[in-house]
Amino acid sequence: MAKLSRHTFRSNTLPAITTVGPVTLWLAFFVAVPLIYVLIMSFCSLDEGYNVVFKFTLANYQRLLDPNYIQIYGTSLFVAFITTALCIVVGYPFSFLIARTTSKHKALLYMLVIIPFWTNSLIRIYGWRTLLGTNGWINNLLIMMNLTDTPVEFLFNRGATILGMFYCLFPYMVLPLYTAIEKLDKNLLEASADLGAKSRSTFTRVIIPLTMSGIFSGSIMVFIPSLGYFFVSDILGGGNSDVIGNLIERQFQSGNNWPLGAALSIILILITLLLVKLYQKLGGDMDNLGV
Amino acid sequence: MSVVVELRNVNKIYGSNHVVKDLNLDVYEGEFLTLLGSSGCGKTTTLRMVAGFEEPSSGSISVQGEDIHNKEPFERDVNTVFQSYALFPHMTVYDNVAYGLKMKKVKKPEIKERVTEMLELVQLGGFEKRYPSQLSGGQKQRVAIARALINRPKVLLLDEPLGALDLKLRKQMQLELKRLQKKLNITFIYVTHDQEEALTMSDRICIMDEGVLQQVGTPAEIYESPKTRFVATFIGETNLFDGVVSGVTDDRMSIHIEPGDFEVPREDFKAGEMLVISVRPERMLYSTEPVEGFNLEGIVKEQIYVGSILKTVVTLSNGNEIKIERLAGQELPTGGRVYLYWKDGDAKLIRSYDNVFAEAVENIVLR
Repeated sequence: MAKLSRHTFRSNTLPAITTVGPVTLWLAFFVAVPLIYVLIMSFCSLDEGYNVVFKFTLANYQRLLDPNYIQIYGTSLFVAFITTALCIVVGYPFSFLIARTTSKHKALLYMLVIIPFWTNSLIRIYGWRTLLGTNGWINNLLIMMNLTDTPVEFLFNRGATILGMFYCLFPYMVLPLYTAIEKLDKNLLEASADLGAKSRSTFTRVIIPLTMSGIFSGSIMVFIPSLGYFFVSDILGGGNSDVIGNLIERQFQSGNNWPLGAALSIILILITLLLVKLYQKLGGDMDNLGV
Repeated sequence: MSVVVELRNVNKIYGSNHVVKDLNLDVYEGEFLTLLGSSGCGKTTTLRMVAGFEEPSSGSISVQGEDIHNKEPFERDVNTVFQSYALFPHMTVYDNVAYGLKMKKVKKPEIKERVTEMLELVQLGGFEKRYPSQLSGGQKQRVAIARALINRPKVLLLDEPLGALDLKLRKQMQLELKRLQKKLNITFIYVTHDQEEALTMSDRICIMDEGVLQQVGTPAEIYESPKTRFVATFIGETNLFDGVVSGVTDDRMSIHIEPGDFEVPREDFKAGEMLVISVRPERMLYSTEPVEGFNLEGIVKEQIYVGSILKTVVTLSNGNEIKIERLAGQELPTGGRVYLYWKDGDAKLIRSYDNVFAEAVENIVLR
């Protein structure tokens, strides 16, 4: 016992630097340094040859107010909003079912949601092209059944982008919802029924309020990525800049304007922080975001 | 007294698990009835069937003469106090208590009046705005009771409501519950595994074991005249002997047990019938001289002086230990020989299940 306490005493006197663990180092090098780099980049200018020069300017941020860009922010927020709403509407009953089922296949149902997680989402999005393309399976089926003469154009519109987003991000909605619904005390539902509440009242007055944290964290985890998943809009949306992510990607690739791309990224990060702050304000649990 | 709840041939089977077996029970208006038994005896399942959370596998349950088989929990005129309180954590005390009234679409001013009155009744006036997480265990319990009583149910079901409270608080709440029940004159069906709690609070106790109703009666009846071996051992301490009726005269029966013989007043037993004899420690007497009608001798193993009473353990010739309690007086030397006896009527004769079983087999064979 005495030995143990001396040991604790000694480690308390070690310089703080020695307690820096691998995790801290990892975070410093792979999160903090790149972020600072992006921040600095967003205040840099371009010379005539489109080379980045370290000359302080606010021009990049001024350009963000360009009406064309503002329109894309609007579209992106719209896509994110619809995607989130769709995920809630479909995800809630789905999560409820797997969280509350007494079937022995519960684990299997849960796995079915997780498994797509392990496949590259880019590949899965290309899969939708095979399915929905003009020469895709669904069109072939429709033609075979004589429901249409000419192939239907499912792809390359905003609807296809939203479908792809919904598909990619659905598990991020289901997992926190599942956790929240699973935690729900069965006694509370019985108590509600016992006091005279019909199923609908129990749902609106007890189940929804008590799983609100799951709805919040699911929404955060769907909404934020759907502002940035540019490849979904690229592959399924036909390159109509539907999300802020497209805009950023373009600055770094074809636009060759890294400072502007960096400024856009900073704005996206600020939006994200704002949403997370809002989530905390509404009483959300940060742990629920760590799925 | 009229019957409020009537259970007829109620069975509950989960898979291969027969939890409640052919239960018949009448609960009278305004009484405090306790379902008592160890865990897994079917008492909670019985309560849940009355509440409507479980359906009986067979049999019927009626409340005020009306079969409630097809009624959902929210349609039944009974309310439950849950073991874990089950308070809505996102609602204040006021909203928790008001919940039942809101569901019944009672007008707002009336809700306010009734909730305030009910909170006063359970001594929680002024706690309206608190959330359940800001309450102590005892306070949560009071809210749960207020919430269940607000709809003025015909019957209040309580599932081990005091189980989570410490001993002192539990004793206090026992008396308070009893007071509430008398004041409101509502029928209480109370589930507990605590025999002392059952004896303190109940008008009648219903003892269950492995899904079978063992005995229903007032606390005194249960304690003084146990009908089965289980009841005799479950409630209080007792000394049990397995014996056989060795002879019957006009008004006496002689009984033979392994370590001796004794006589008791005649009861409805035949010679040769097996039975169980229960003698409570405080009814067991001893003498240093042989007693007429008793042939039961033993050796004093130990004597423990606990304030007002003296506890004695006597070992019989077959090794069985007999517990005796009497008011403290002169102690006997350990190792001394004593002769056990008791007064007529203090030995309770319980028909042995072996007889019931033997008769049943005989009936089947005869048919």
